[in-house]
Amino acid sequence: MSKIIASAAIRGSHRVFRQTEELLQKVIAEKGEDHHFEFPDTAYHLPMIYAITGFEVKTLKDMKEALRMTQDLLHDEPDDRLWSPYLGEALDSGMATLFAEEIWLALRYIEGLEPAKDPETGYVYNGFITDTIQRNLGIQLVDGRMPGFAAIIGAAPDDDTAVKIVRELQQKNILVFLSGNVKGESVTKQLLRKKVELGWDVYVVPLGPDTEHTLYALDWAIRASLIFGGMSGGDFKGNLRYTKERVFAYALVLGELDDVKWATGAGAINLGFPAICDTDVPVIHPTGVCTYEEVEKELDHDKIVQRAIEVRGLKVLVEKPPIPIAYGPAFEGERIRKEETFIEFGGTKSAAFEWCRLREAEEVEDGKIEIVGENWKERYEQGGTMPLGIVVDVTGRKMQADFLPIIERRLHHNINEGQGIWHMGQRDIPWIRISHSAKQAGFSLEDIAKIHHAMTHKRFSSIVDKVQVTLYTEEEDVIRLRDEARADWKARDERLAALTDETVDTFYSCLLCQSFAPSHVCVITPERLGLCGAYNWLDTKAAYEIDPTGGNQPIAKGELIDTRYGRYTGVDEYLKQASGGAVETLNLYTIMENPMTSCGCFECILAIIPEANGVMIVQRGHTGMTPIGMKFSTLAGTVGGGVQTPGFMGIGVNFITSRKFLAGDGGIKRVVWMTKALKERVREGFQRAAAEAGVPDLLDKVADETICEDSEKLLEYLTEVGHPALEMEPMI
Amino acid sequence: MADKTIKSADRVAEEIIEWAEGHGLETAFDRAERLHPCPIGHSGACCKICFMGPCRLVGPDAEEKAAGVCGATLPVVSARNFLRMVAAGTAAHSDHARDMAFTLLEAATGEAPDFKIKDEVKLRKLAGILDIPTDGKTKEIIAKEVAEKIISQFGQQKGELAFIRRAPKKRQEVWRKWGLVPRGIDREVAEAMHRTNMGVDQDPENLMMAALKVSLADGWGGCMFSTDITDILFGTPRPRRSQASIGIMKEDEVNVVVHGHEPTLAEMVVEAAQEKEMLDYAKQKGAKGINLVGMCCTANEVLMRHGIPTAGGFLNQELAVMTGLAEAVMVDVQCIMPAIAQAAKKFHTKIITTSHKGKMIDAVHVQYDEHRAKEVARQVLRLAIDNFANRTAEGSRVHETTPVIAGFSHEYIDYMQGGRFRASFRPLNDAIMAGRIRGVAGIVGCNNPRIAQDSIHDYLAEEFIKNDVLVVSTGCGAAACAKAGFMTPETALEKAGPGLREVCEAIGIPPILHLGACVDNSRILTVATHMVNEGGLGDDISDLPAVGIAPEWMSEKALAIGCYFVASGMYVIFGSESPVEASETVKHIKRNVWEERVGGKLEFVADPDEILKKSLEHIDKKRDALKLRKYEPGRFGVERKLMSMADRRKLEAIAKPHEIK
Repeated sequence: MSKIIASAAIRGSHRVFRQTEELLQKVIAEKGEDHHFEFPDTAYHLPMIYAITGFEVKTLKDMKEALRMTQDLLHDEPDDRLWSPYLGEALDSGMATLFAEEIWLALRYIEGLEPAKDPETGYVYNGFITDTIQRNLGIQLVDGRMPGFAAIIGAAPDDDTAVKIVRELQQKNILVFLSGNVKGESVTKQLLRKKVELGWDVYVVPLGPDTEHTLYALDWAIRASLIFGGMSGGDFKGNLRYTKERVFAYALVLGELDDVKWATGAGAINLGFPAICDTDVPVIHPTGVCTYEEVEKELDHDKIVQRAIEVRGLKVLVEKPPIPIAYGPAFEGERIRKEETFIEFGGTKSAAFEWCRLREAEEVEDGKIEIVGENWKERYEQGGTMPLGIVVDVTGRKMQADFLPIIERRLHHNINEGQGIWHMGQRDIPWIRISHSAKQAGFSLEDIAKIHHAMTHKRFSSIVDKVQVTLYTEEEDVIRLRDEARADWKARDERLAALTDETVDTFYSCLLCQSFAPSHVCVITPERLGLCGAYNWLDTKAAYEIDPTGGNQPIAKGELIDTRYGRYTGVDEYLKQASGGAVETLNLYTIMENPMTSCGCFECILAIIPEANGVMIVQRGHTGMTPIGMKFSTLAGTVGGGVQTPGFMGIGVNFITSRKFLAGDGGIKRVVWMTKALKERVREGFQRAAAEAGVPDLLDKVADETICEDSEKLLEYLTEVGHPALEMEPMI
Repeated sequence: MADKTIKSADRVAEEIIEWAEGHGLETAFDRAERLHPCPIGHSGACCKICFMGPCRLVGPDAEEKAAGVCGATLPVVSARNFLRMVAAGTAAHSDHARDMAFTLLEAATGEAPDFKIKDEVKLRKLAGILDIPTDGKTKEIIAKEVAEKIISQFGQQKGELAFIRRAPKKRQEVWRKWGLVPRGIDREVAEAMHRTNMGVDQDPENLMMAALKVSLADGWGGCMFSTDITDILFGTPRPRRSQASIGIMKEDEVNVVVHGHEPTLAEMVVEAAQEKEMLDYAKQKGAKGINLVGMCCTANEVLMRHGIPTAGGFLNQELAVMTGLAEAVMVDVQCIMPAIAQAAKKFHTKIITTSHKGKMIDAVHVQYDEHRAKEVARQVLRLAIDNFANRTAEGSRVHETTPVIAGFSHEYIDYMQGGRFRASFRPLNDAIMAGRIRGVAGIVGCNNPRIAQDSIHDYLAEEFIKNDVLVVSTGCGAAACAKAGFMTPETALEKAGPGLREVCEAIGIPPILHLGACVDNSRILTVATHMVNEGGLGDDISDLPAVGIAPEWMSEKALAIGCYFVASGMYVIFGSESPVEASETVKHIKRNVWEERVGGKLEFVADPDEILKKSLEHIDKKRDALKLRKYEPGRFGVERKLMSMADRRKLEAIAKPHEIK
């Protein structure tokens, strides 16, 4: 019964508390109370303690204070008979455990013991999850590619069961965190022995060997609330309601439990995350703290993944084409090395292309798969390399030529999501590898066509009625059709370039992130793509056709009432309703007044540098300092969560070179600092835009981190190179 | 033995009653048997408001034909009597609350130095509700302002009673619509007395609506003020383990019974009894220690906050004396039988009255004074200790006790469902929605010697939990359940239905929760409001699958409580006969007119099986109205909503019920 769990959790909390107290004393003795600490690349201090209490732990002295606060949450074990209630007390003890674990792990970082390294295999665990990784995952968290999160704690009864459970989770696109052990054995070790690929790319992330390392996953979950939910530190009600309702995480506890596991589990239940165990443990079924059961058991390893998903209330829609290998976004990041490759197409090895064509209804026979070429079967069976031209013909009553690039862009994902097959590039530069293991599983050349047929239907069901796929394997055919395709692509690109905010009467919203950032609304126009960089105007237009009640909705732009700043009556009306009243009005072309809000998944942050009379741009993942004295992670904290912050804005990379980029503030000439990596990435477009603005050598006048990381030096540099921003009208 | 009438379901009490009978000592149980109630007054047909009467409104077709000298008809007389009783009950609780408010004020100013502010969090919360700014203020200054504001509420002449705003929004609208919002407390009581004075209000409907109005000044006024101030001064209760039974009297210690309602002096006695000087003094007088024993609602107060054992409710007071072990029974106000001073004459027990409002012939009076409260407490203790030597072998010595877990303040009920960070009523609401818990019953109120003591309390409590109905209890009802051993977590495992049992096991609670004294029925109002605000069970207290029952009532205070629950939207059942039994018109008003207007109604049902049946029917009816899962014992579960990404984007709307409105 529950009392057994509560008692164990309370005992466990005392144990973790003592262990932390001892380590803290030791580290203070070594380093002194004023020793400073932060987890790698986070703006949220010790995130759990910060989210729940608002206390910013920055030094060992702060840790001492935080541990004192933790002590207040400890309780006595319930009596054997005539016990007092224990649920609230056990949950408090659970939270105390998380606080203590967070401090303990921080101390281990100071001691150089984290990320943990496996002494036998030398495997280095992930350790603390950075803000950058969290933001990188933004879109996957909201578009269904990553619908849920499983923390597997402990070890499966044998290696094969471990692989089976993890594979099943991967196929359901569930991100898996691994931690803890049972008498030294762990799922991480079991997977390593079976040579299963681990890491973020394949959705399987080993955090550390002990139960305490599970805290890293919980730190990640609670930060979703701070980063995307716009909640503040100390608003424990808001933060914990967010994790309960929006972060679909749960624990799969494999093997025997000890007190620390129960205590950590009690902590996780505070966040609304249930535990599903494969051993005969007591269960807690009444709901309310979690959405459904708090603790459940499922002894059958064939059923445990499904059971866990139900207990967390998670709907997983798996779209799998009829092929002999596993399929899902979790396999997208899988690498296939040269020696694992059975056959490859394109890259530098052979001619290849992939092209999507719009056809009349009578020209397409749905499901028809044709492979053109002499002896293609034998050549495939031999392995090595082969030319490959992929033509996907589609037709549909609601199909438009504008949607072709979108369907075409998905061809990459279609292939890459297969286990044991790999894809990169697009149009005339694709590169496909099929591994020996996929081949052994029975993967044939036809299966490439089958994937495209099935997935194009599944992803675009409401605009595509029929799909046929033709594969060309003769070099001559491939080259001939590739040239034909190139002409088509050129025409498409020109049409796209001609699309402006003025030439359309409808913009689109992107509400995908509202599952995570409830008050944020992206407004996407032909000249301003989504801040995540993943959705442009055409994407959203197609998405609306595909699912008229989905995450992208049309916005009749209405009347332009502020030409300079880009304020439209239709946009304002829409925003008020879609943001639940959080945002009243929006100016599309300025950073200074009612700028666009952010969910937290922005590719870049644009921030004003008042003394330079311009703006700087820093991209996600840049960990260095910037001239406004804040790193990306800190800046990001001020921009996310669906709040308008004049002077700060999250944007997609490609917006930098748009004609509407800060059009109301003076345009691209305002850019005074951007990172070197970003400069390289946008060079071509930037130079075009700069030339249009009359300063063709602007990019050279823009400073980067190799020139300066503070505003004083920046100003010196700008003066020296004669940056135009200095001469422009004051921004403020 | 076969034809022997059981007088009490409390086995220890029954033993003492039998002993008393055997020794020629009379108790309330005997007097009740001997003294039949006057049927005319009992049914509300006697008018003694003026000296033209008393008039008896009886005879064939009395409803239409009978009239008093002034012409008052039976419905008028009956409604007028009823309103007077409710006004008296309101006056009692509220006067108690007033004393508490003045104690808070003097604790804040330092004039009553023995009292401190123990729960600052609650003080600040209360200040927030009363619109008193707290920033930068010390707790003493806040306490002073809170006390002054509350004191002003008693005499407030216009506007609305402040705590009305704590009720669900929809409920407030109902009250405003029907003109039921009290302007103050004293004004409503005074007006009720005026209206029922000779020749004023002669309309039964108007009178009965006035009863609801004055009762609201009790529930959302006096009672709630008292509960909150008491928590601030003496700590908000959390569960404690203790014992319940008259058997808790100790042979080798000085037994001091604290009896009555206001906890101020009793709190001081609790503190003084732990002082070394007092303990040494007791030893010097040959006792091993000082054994404090609670009685009636003072017992509930000190049980909830200190784990002081309870000797039981109202009907145990004479029996406590008859154990021969009580050195002193200290009393203050309400529910104190003058019979104890007479019973004490046969024993060494000293009855000590302490309030100028409540003196008694043959008792010792030690005037309580909050300015030197601890000293008064010591004086009482010394009197008791000095009396230890006078103890004889006389008396019914029983030492059987029952364990109890008590102390469920609404703050703790909130906490116990999720801890410090996830405290909420979501689990309780979820459990009701899923059918794990069928509904909630409040079993409260008095004991009445015309009914075998505790028998209906115990019967209903046991039946309700068997039927997966969570029981909350206060006052003598709580004492009954405690003595019966129902308020232990083990009871959930042994007696509760499968769904309720699962919830109790998850939290670690008894299936019957002790919420405190009768004045703490305000806690039930707060719990009900929390349930409404949590979402999923309608938007008003009247939507909840819940009932309130006072099966063994006798006091006017019980009627005031019953009425404020009705006015708050609850179905209320009182046991025994109706005090307005004589008038069909008045019965119709309290059953139908009230239900139509405020969603609650009051019925008097003598048969316990009928009470149970009506309660469960009502709970199921409310469940149906809420379109909840049909209750089936042992079958529960939630409709799982598996969330897709699209569902998650629509979450705000789905999440609404979780918000505190």
